[in-house]
Amino acid sequence: MTQRLSVKKTYKLYLGGKFVRSESGRTLPAISPRGVPLDNYAWASRKDLRDAVTAARKAFSGWAGTTAYLKGQILYRAAEMLEGGAEELVLEIRRSTQCTPAVARREVTATIDRFVYFAGWTDKYQQVFGSVNPVATSHFNFSTPEPMGVVGVLAPGKPSLLGLVSVVLPAVLSGNTTVVLASERFPLPALTLAEILATSDLPGGVINLLAGKGEELVPHFASHMDINAIVDARGDAGARARLRAGTALNLKRYADRALAPSFWFGARAEDPYAILDTVETKTAWHPIGS
Amino acid sequence: MKNNRKSSVAKVIRPAVRQATAALPVVPAKSRRLVFGGKWDYAPAPESSSHIAILPRHDLFIDGRFVAPRSGKYFASVNPATEQKLTEIAQAGAADVDRAVRAVQEKSRELAILESMDGGKPIKESRDFDLPMVAAHFFYYAGWADKLNYALPNRRPQSLGVAGQIIPWNFPLLMAAWKIAPALACGNTVVLKPAETTSLTALRLAQILQEAELPPGVVNIVTGAGETGAALVNHPGVDKIAFTGSTEVGKQIAAATAGTRKRLTLELGGKAANIVFEDAPIDQAIEGVINGIYFNQGHVCCAGSRLLVQESIYGTVIRKLRDRLQTLRVGDPLDKNTDIGAINSRNQLDKIRELVHCGVEEGATLEQSACRLPAKGYWYPPSFLTGVTLSHRVAQEEIFGPVLSVMTFRTPQEAVERANNTPYGLSAGVWTDKGSKIFHMVNQLKAGVVWANTYNKFDPTSPFGGYKESGFGREGGLHGLLPYLQPD
Repeated sequence: MTQRLSVKKTYKLYLGGKFVRSESGRTLPAISPRGVPLDNYAWASRKDLRDAVTAARKAFSGWAGTTAYLKGQILYRAAEMLEGGAEELVLEIRRSTQCTPAVARREVTATIDRFVYFAGWTDKYQQVFGSVNPVATSHFNFSTPEPMGVVGVLAPGKPSLLGLVSVVLPAVLSGNTTVVLASERFPLPALTLAEILATSDLPGGVINLLAGKGEELVPHFASHMDINAIVDARGDAGARARLRAGTALNLKRYADRALAPSFWFGARAEDPYAILDTVETKTAWHPIGS
Repeated sequence: MKNNRKSSVAKVIRPAVRQATAALPVVPAKSRRLVFGGKWDYAPAPESSSHIAILPRHDLFIDGRFVAPRSGKYFASVNPATEQKLTEIAQAGAADVDRAVRAVQEKSRELAILESMDGGKPIKESRDFDLPMVAAHFFYYAGWADKLNYALPNRRPQSLGVAGQIIPWNFPLLMAAWKIAPALACGNTVVLKPAETTSLTALRLAQILQEAELPPGVVNIVTGAGETGAALVNHPGVDKIAFTGSTEVGKQIAAATAGTRKRLTLELGGKAANIVFEDAPIDQAIEGVINGIYFNQGHVCCAGSRLLVQESIYGTVIRKLRDRLQTLRVGDPLDKNTDIGAINSRNQLDKIRELVHCGVEEGATLEQSACRLPAKGYWYPPSFLTGVTLSHRVAQEEIFGPVLSVMTFRTPQEAVERANNTPYGLSAGVWTDKGSKIFHMVNQLKAGVVWANTYNKFDPTSPFGGYKESGFGREGGLHGLLPYLQPD
C-alpha cells in the first residue's frame, strides 16, 4: 500500500478579495526559527503592489460610503469568524514562531479582542475627534473626520498577527482601504488571517495583503502616487527615512506606529488617536438666516 | 472710447428706470442686472500714510532685541503699488538662524502661560479683515493655554519645543498670528520667518509682543528669502516646522525633513472649485464667486479659482459676472474705495501674465475689466477665462492672481468629478438652495474646507487646511493645537 503524501500548500497574496499568485511567479519558503521548512508563499513584486493599490482604490468609495453602523457590524462579524478559526491561527503561529501553545493562544485571543474593540470605534470616533465650531459670524460650522483613501500599512515583524491587525484596523474602521505588507519573518499567520477574512462580510479590496521583502517593496510604497497615507510599524530607521522622503512626491501622510513587541498586547496598541493618522478633517460652513 | 462706454451704459439704465416707475415691478433673477459702471465716480479717498514712520533699515529680532545680521546683508522691501523702496530688511544667514534658535532653546522652558498676550493690541494700520482676525486668533488661542488637558481626551499633552515657522506674503500679519498663537498656547517657542517681500508687519508685531512683555526669546523673527528659510528648516535645534506657501516649496521641505525627527505641517496651494447649481440664489452666488476669486487680488491659497457652472444657467452667470467685473475698483491700496490692489511683486505679476497667456494660447477666451490701471506699480485687471477645459494649465495650476477659470457641468456627479480632478484639495464652494444637495456635495468634495452658499469665511475656532497636495495638518480651532503638542 502506498503512503499518502500530504498536500503542501502555497500561500497566496490576497488582492481585491481574491487569492492570487505573484504576477512574477516567484515564491519564498517560510522557515521556522529552527530552520524547519514550512510552506511556500507568493513573493510579491512591485507589480503586485500596484495591483493591490488599484484594488484598494476601486473598493474605497464603497467602503467609505458604508454606514458607520454597518462597518462596525462587519468588523464585529470578522471577530466572530476569527473565533471560529482560532485553532487554525494558533497552529499557524506555533509552527511559524515555535512558541508554546499558551503564547500562541494569547496572541490570537488578543487579535480577536482587538477586532471587537476597534469595531466599536466605527461610529464613535467622529464625535470624539469632530467638532461644531462657535464662529463669530452668523454661520453654522462643523468639522468632521473622514477617511483619506488608500493607506499603505507596513506590519511589524513580531507579533505578526496581532501587530498587523492593530495597525490595519484603525485605518480601515474609518473607511480607508489598505495595502498591507505582512511581517517578513512570519508571513503565514497573516496569510491565514486573509483566508478567514475572505469568508467574512468584509468587502474584497478593503484589506489587500502582500507578503515579500520589505527591502524590495518599501521604496515602491514610498514612491506610489496613488497611496494617500503610510502607517509604518516596522521600526526600521532606513525604511522610515525612505518612506518619509516619499511624502515629498505626492504629500502622502506618514505615521510611525512602531512599538516594542510586548506593547502590542497592551493599551498603547489600542490608541484611538491612531485613527487620526489616516483621516482628514473637513470643515463645512453655511450661513444662518431666515 | 470713454464716450462710447457712457452711451452704452445709458442704454442699459433706461429700461431699469422705466421698471422702477411701473407698478410693483418684479424682475426675474435671471435678468436682474447691476449697473454701477460709470454711473457715478468715486472721489479718491486715500488712507493717509503720512503718520506711518518706516525706519530706513530693519534688523533681525532675536532674543527680544533687534540685532544686525552677522551676514551684514540687507535687501530692499518695495511698495508694489508705487515701486518705491520702503526700507531695507536684514538678510539672516545660517549663523543668524543659529543664534535665534539658540536664544529660543535657552528660554524654551520659561514660557509663562499666554494670558499676558491678552493685552497685546494690534497696530491700527487697517480696518479690513486681517487685523480683527489677527487679534481674534491671539485671543482664542490664549484661552487654550491653561486648558490643554481638555483638548486631547485621556491624554496629558506636552509641548514640542522650538517651532520653526515660515509664512507667505499674502496675509503677512494674519499668517504670523495663525502660526504664533497656537504654538505659544501649547508652550512652544518660535522662530518665525516672514516672506522676504512682506517682513514689515511681522517686525512690528515683534515690537508689540515686546510691549506685551512676552518673555525674551519666546518669539524670534528672522527675515530673508529662501536661503534663510532653508537654514531654519535644516537647523538641528528645531523640533517642528510649520510652513505656509507653495506646494513646490512644501515638497522640498518634506524632503529636507524626511530623515529627521522633526514634525511637519504644511499649508500649501489650492485650485478650489466654486460650484454654482441652477437652483442657487444667483445674485448671492455671483457675489460669492467675485469674493472667492478677487479677494486680496486672488493671492489666496483657498481662492475659488475654478468656477463650475451648471450648463442651464451658464449664459446668465457669465453675463452677471461680466457686469460685476466692471464695477470692481482697481487702484491705490490705501484708497478706501479700492476693491483690488496691487499685485505683490514683479515676479508674481509675470507669473500671472504667463499663465493667462498660456490659457489664451490653449484656446480659452479672456474677459477683463476695462478699468484703467495706474501707470506705476504692479497691476493686473480682474479677469476670467471661459472655454477652459480640464486639461488646460489654467484649470490645473494655481495662478494666485485675480483670474478665474470658468467651466461647466451637467449633473452633480459631474461637478464632483471635475471639482476633485486636481492634485490639490484645500477648499471648495457650493451654491444651491437645496439642503440635501449641499450635504451630498460636502460629503463628496475632497477639500479641507467647504463653503456652502458663502465663500472665504475664516474664524479662529474653525479648522483650516488641505487634503492631498494642499498639505497636511490643520490651523484654527481645537484641531489647530494638535500639530503643536505631543500626546503623552
